[in-house]
Amino acid sequence: MEKYYHSVTLDKEKCRGCTNCIKRCPTEAIRVRDGKARIIGERCIDCGECIRVCPYHAKVALTDPLDSIYEFPYRIALPAPTLYGQFKNTDITAILIGLKELGFDDVFEVARGADYVSAFVKEAMKDKERKKPAISSACPAIVRLIQVRFPELIDNIINIESPMEIAARLAKKEFSRKKGVKEEDIGAFFITPCAAKMTSIRNPIGIERSWVDGAISILEIYGPLYNKIANLKNDEDLLQTASPYGILWANSGGESSSLGVDNYLAVDGIQNVIRVLEEIEDDKLTDLEFFEGLACSGGCVGGPLVFENGFVAKNRIRKLAEKAKGEDLSTEEVMYTKEKIQWYFEKEILPKPVMKLDDDITLAMKKMEAIERIYEGLPGLDCGSCGSPSCRTHAEDIVRGYASEMDCVFKLREKVKELAQQMIEISEKIPGGKTNNNE
Amino acid sequence: MTDKNQIMKQKYPIEAGNFTLAGEASGQIKKVLKQLGVDSNIVRRVTVAAYEAEMNMVIHSVGGNLTLQVTPDRITVIAEDRGPGIPDIDLAMQEGYSTAPEMARELGFGAGMGLPNIKRCADILNVHSKMGEGTLLEAHFDIKAR
Repeated sequence: MEKYYHSVTLDKEKCRGCTNCIKRCPTEAIRVRDGKARIIGERCIDCGECIRVCPYHAKVALTDPLDSIYEFPYRIALPAPTLYGQFKNTDITAILIGLKELGFDDVFEVARGADYVSAFVKEAMKDKERKKPAISSACPAIVRLIQVRFPELIDNIINIESPMEIAARLAKKEFSRKKGVKEEDIGAFFITPCAAKMTSIRNPIGIERSWVDGAISILEIYGPLYNKIANLKNDEDLLQTASPYGILWANSGGESSSLGVDNYLAVDGIQNVIRVLEEIEDDKLTDLEFFEGLACSGGCVGGPLVFENGFVAKNRIRKLAEKAKGEDLSTEEVMYTKEKIQWYFEKEILPKPVMKLDDDITLAMKKMEAIERIYEGLPGLDCGSCGSPSCRTHAEDIVRGYASEMDCVFKLREKVKELAQQMIEISEKIPGGKTNNNE
Repeated sequence: MTDKNQIMKQKYPIEAGNFTLAGEASGQIKKVLKQLGVDSNIVRRVTVAAYEAEMNMVIHSVGGNLTLQVTPDRITVIAEDRGPGIPDIDLAMQEGYSTAPEMARELGFGAGMGLPNIKRCADILNVHSKMGEGTLLEAHFDIKAR
């Protein structure tokens, strides 16, 4: 596997080398070089902010095509609860049946997976030894953000698998038992609003290998699924199993409210999440028990790969959740499931200290001083024309050896002025003995 | 390669009573230390101490400077203000003791945890104060071998 797999990538043809994405990236992972954006692999957390802000749609999320499901003899769809909010006046059952008509043999609601995760997290929160606040691991972009920018908070992350993984495991086990087929013949496909989830399938955190075989974006499936739902032939009595709480995981605060914790914070939008993580890191929120941070505005409903306006979808999800038929999980069911599947991280989450200037602190200090010196000489407009998001990062890039001072248009203009001055001075120094023949 | 005498200094002016800027200096200090690759637990302790020192100056002093000083084996946060000074340092070191004015208390400060918190975070803390002249606080942190 590549060292850094990322779902978020650049469509070079479409990129005009503007400054929109570099200025919005929360980990300063994008630069414009030679007129095109470049994503720094080790810094990118796949949050999808650049996909949202690019006016030329040059930032794209790689997901799997719908056809890819036929690589497996048996296929299960794992719809994110966000999918339910995409269609007007459509109940969940119709969406689930529509998915089956698209070629899936079975459907397992990720919202039901969320019900299990809620139960697991609830129990984990009882552990008195646990670092407070416990930080939700639901949003993979936030987990990656913590690896890159808040390594001190890694131990606060709840080491429990995501609803998608739990759903995939339960779905495969159940289907294999019911139909008597081998688990490796079953393909589980996540219907995703999120680029970071795609990355988590290929390059998971906390586990060796994902049980999910592919991700199909909601944007890709929306059209075909819409057609199926509009002309549903099948009126099978398909069971909708997720509880209201599980469905509400699509919205910011959904996970938190399922836990019955009194003192929690649910924050959405990656810049907002960063502000709160800073406070947690500075020990300012000492009485906080649980923190849910979601990279997208409004929660997963605001994901970069959705069709419907996130706020509209959020309201629909709320209404659909009220009518959801799924029941709460019994203690026995939770216990039994814990024995049946791997439900917690088997691998440690490691920090990714990509912001540091050097492994050797003396060298890092020297670089820091060089940065300060260069930064002093830059105009401080943060215009982004040099290709770095701010004058400060430009200075860092120069010291790291990735840019030159002359990439700054203001510096360049100064230099040109200086050179012009020198040329005039030189031209005036033509030796007196020589006549000017240019008339 | 290691130059034990190498020293890096960054100075941040602190304005008295300005809650808009409050926290900015310690935020900068945190960013610098993270870039220097200092162990995250030490970064956290320095930042908490720097923030408390910064807030102390914003709330109690007439203004001053917060200075970050880094050598390869030690980080020092120096808070130096121009007055009015702490009448009884031992008392001020006690948890829960506070002379914060109403304005600061309304903002949730003044729990009397400032100096005790700095003491808890730092490896060594020195505070010198002279009434009418000002306070000099020095919090030292050892960068342990990783």
